[in-house]
Amino acid sequence: MLPDQMLSIAPSYLLYYLPLIIAIAFVFGGTRHENTTLILQHTWQTGRWITGFMAVIFIVICILDWLM
Amino acid sequence: MTADSKNTILVDGERIDLRNRPLAALLAWLIPGAGHFYQGRYTKGALFMVCILSAWVLGFALGGGHVVYASWAPGDKRWHYFLQAGVGGAALPALLQANLIKTATDKKTGRTSEDYEPYWGGFMAPPLRPVRESQADEVSAWYARHGAGYEMGTWYTVIAGLLNILVIYDAYGGPLSVPISGRKKESDDEDESASEETGKAAT
Repeated sequence: MLPDQMLSIAPSYLLYYLPLIIAIAFVFGGTRHENTTLILQHTWQTGRWITGFMAVIFIVICILDWLM
Repeated sequence: MTADSKNTILVDGERIDLRNRPLAALLAWLIPGAGHFYQGRYTKGALFMVCILSAWVLGFALGGGHVVYASWAPGDKRWHYFLQAGVGGAALPALLQANLIKTATDKKTGRTSEDYEPYWGGFMAPPLRPVRESQADEVSAWYARHGAGYEMGTWYTVIAGLLNILVIYDAYGGPLSVPISGRKKESDDEDESASEETGKAAT
């Protein structure tokens, strides 16, 4: 699959990602702290980290596909 | 985190009474967040309940209500159910349905009886037998009808079940330790040194 094709289907599939990342990030934050502020901080960090990690993987796949 | 009695812990400067830990864990498994409500940790209980049950319900709806069922029949080994069962009570009806279809299926032919009628209009009922790979059956019909939603619904419910395992642990033993990558900030370092000191005091 070409990168532009991947990008064209991505927006609709990203809708599946949003509720999932919210639930995962909040549960991760909530199971590591008791203080609400710290929970929210950890939630934000977790969401950011997972999103960034997946973005990097996506870029790597796009580059590999472009090279092939 | 440290303990100054069997069931009281100190986390983030807050003293928490975990009360009866096994009971809290059982409640947390049965209904996500219920264990925390039992312990008086209402904010976290509500947070877990909303997050996990939302993911569960959304996944269930995306898959047309067919993504959660218990089956270990040839051609349809639904291993996802073991993970989905982490949500507890919400997944239990599937066990009743699985038992019903087992009794209604001929062991020799592997075919479900025509008299078979699932409970509650087929809610969490396994597909009719037989289910064979690359042949038209009820599972392939569900896939055809719901498309990517069936797959995503399965993962949503699986992840909800897995997340609840973290919540069960939290109800039983308190918050997990923060991973090394999360300790870079000064505030976290202070917490760490404080927990080390209290840990030494406890030993």
